[in-house]
Amino acid sequence: MSTAAETFATEPPAWPALSKGRVGMTCLIIAESTIFTIFVVAYLYYLGKSLSGPMPRQVLELPILNSICLLSSSATITLAGRALRKGNVSRFGFWWLATIVLGGYFLFGTAVEWRHLIYEKGLTIQTDLFGTTFYSLVGLHAFHVIVGLIALLIVMGLTWIGAVKREHAERVEVLALYWHFVDVVWIIVFTVVYIIGR
Amino acid sequence: MALLKTDSDSKTVLDHLHDWVVTVDHKKLGLMYIMYGLLFFVVGGVEASLMRIQLAVPNNHFLPPQVFNELFTLHGTTMVFLVGMPLIFGFANYLVPLMIGARDLAFPRLNAFGFWLSVFGGLLLYFSLIGGMGLSGAGSAPDVGWFAYAPLTARAFSRGHSTDYWTLGVLVGGFGSIVTAANIVTTILCLRCPGMTLSKMPLLAWLNLVMCGMVLIAIGPLTAAQIMLLLDRFLGAHFFDTQAGGSAVLWQHFFWIFGHPEVYILIIPGFAFVSEIIPVFSRKAIFGYPVMVAATMAIAFVSLGVWAHHMFTIGMSATSNTFFAVSTMLVGVPTGIKIFNWIGTMWGGKIRFDTPMLFCLGFLFQFLIAGLTGIMLAVVPFDWQLNDSYFVVAHFHFVLVGGLVFTIFGAIYYWFPKATGRMLSERLGKWHFWLFLIGFHVTFDTMHIPGMLGMPRRIYTYEAGRGWGTLNMICTLGVVFQATGIMFFVGNILWSLFKGRRAGNDPWDAWTLEWTTTSPPPEYNFAELPVVRSRRPLWDLKHPTDPDWKYE
Repeated sequence: MSTAAETFATEPPAWPALSKGRVGMTCLIIAESTIFTIFVVAYLYYLGKSLSGPMPRQVLELPILNSICLLSSSATITLAGRALRKGNVSRFGFWWLATIVLGGYFLFGTAVEWRHLIYEKGLTIQTDLFGTTFYSLVGLHAFHVIVGLIALLIVMGLTWIGAVKREHAERVEVLALYWHFVDVVWIIVFTVVYIIGR
Repeated sequence: MALLKTDSDSKTVLDHLHDWVVTVDHKKLGLMYIMYGLLFFVVGGVEASLMRIQLAVPNNHFLPPQVFNELFTLHGTTMVFLVGMPLIFGFANYLVPLMIGARDLAFPRLNAFGFWLSVFGGLLLYFSLIGGMGLSGAGSAPDVGWFAYAPLTARAFSRGHSTDYWTLGVLVGGFGSIVTAANIVTTILCLRCPGMTLSKMPLLAWLNLVMCGMVLIAIGPLTAAQIMLLLDRFLGAHFFDTQAGGSAVLWQHFFWIFGHPEVYILIIPGFAFVSEIIPVFSRKAIFGYPVMVAATMAIAFVSLGVWAHHMFTIGMSATSNTFFAVSTMLVGVPTGIKIFNWIGTMWGGKIRFDTPMLFCLGFLFQFLIAGLTGIMLAVVPFDWQLNDSYFVVAHFHFVLVGGLVFTIFGAIYYWFPKATGRMLSERLGKWHFWLFLIGFHVTFDTMHIPGMLGMPRRIYTYEAGRGWGTLNMICTLGVVFQATGIMFFVGNILWSLFKGRRAGNDPWDAWTLEWTTTSPPPEYNFAELPVVRSRRPLWDLKHPTDPDWKYE
């Protein structure tokens, strides 16, 4: 039998190409969203069901500055992607570094908050249901921030040794999708933990 | 089967082994998934046989109760996570790129990563037999049942590390499933050959797309629940700790939000095989292609809202009971549509009763019965009576053995020639089919009855005089037939691998793209990417004067 292509070919139609990276990352984000959904459901379900320990209102303070930093990092990473599309690698590096600093500050803020809760308020994951659900939900999000920061740092290092070029804009933007996802999750976590739950 | 063949070049066995371990080729990974699944199928089958021997007569002391608990836990976990999932992903891996005219999956290295994660998960589970003793020296294999209800899994009731190995094994395997599903979805959406619009894809690709979408949605809840369980067990959290106000029922919800879609994740690829095999062996195009796609999506959608029918006996509100009873019965509608479409495909066709077709026909009847007992169990008062009885065990074995396993055998007989270049023996195949069919029905038809007589599942023995003895003996006798059938299957594979008739490119006179390339296909699948104009590109090729695309 002759090869398939010879015989089938009449007029090869123009074939729209979806970006593999974007589709793959979207799939990952869908799967991650379901994990977060379950943790959010558990948090809401156990609200006010603690048998002992402090109430959320007694110990939690609104992490306003933290949230502003993390959310604005979505803007800086978009600016970075745009700069790289135009081929401006040094501006890309600047905005990319800004994203890392903002994300890093968020993580630092979380660390300070946890230290305060653990050492001054005596709230640990073992204390009660509030501690259990609070540390696991916020911790799961912080874990995603850490993973994102590691990925961002790798790209930063590659930029400094001059390996990131204009043609990598697509890949950088795929990574940015993940970072946006982490930010959106924070909006939900913030609403659930610090507004509804408090 | 490059592993078993010495090529013209002077590669040693070790070189071949190295090739298989480091490969990122979707065909080799697919075959490794399938071999891994079949290997554990034998392990899970041995576990089931041991349990059937124990239950054959009343007051039996063949197995101690503790070992019996470990066996049903391992059997269930193995069959779902180490047999079902690897087999369906193996076939998806092997077939999807070939059928949509692609050279590989979208992310070949991620594919290898997903496979080795699954292997690692399986090894973790079985390592519990060695390492499960832990510091406290209690327990070895996990013994909490495959759905591991809280609070049995709490530190206080489940000492040692056997439950931790179960949790970690399932968790790691779940990560493997998620990345592989993402990979297959991306492949189908981005790498179809020119001309293959979504409405011209083979149904197998469509159904695997839906299945992988479900994996992306359903595995997450399981992952989350396992993380919570790990936090409970290792850090002293209180998610499922009832003494601190935690809820054991919440675990059931989280588990079954995964668990029920999982059943459809396993059976939809079975539907996919049947949708490819029945048309070829009836010599007709599939009946109602768009309806088949819509019905699959409807099944996927509805199946996300039926999970609590596993929990009717825990005392939910009447509203919840009604909702989940109705949604469960609703799944029967699109499933019924599919069964009618397969019958419609055969209607007026020139049916060839080769082994792949026989397994598909067996599937049709058995899956219908499985669906009917499912509808019975959806009736809440009926479920109150029979929940956790052998009736339920018989029901889901009809789904998973009578449904999924039969279609997988059909798929192996159908695509083995493509993967190896040799046909499986028809004579041995028919022995395999009939022995397995008879054994299956002797075991699982009978098993409904002790369930209705009140025999609970998971008991390690029972008293004489309950009237269950003869029925259980019959169930166990069926296993002998099934096991003999499986031996014919293994023998067939080994014999045909070396002595089977040469298959050629297209032994079944089929119509999809995988049959245009050589058997086995070269690493790059297609020398030139095909261009298609209809759902049956090979029909167009064979009938240039009467191509399908004129009518679609």
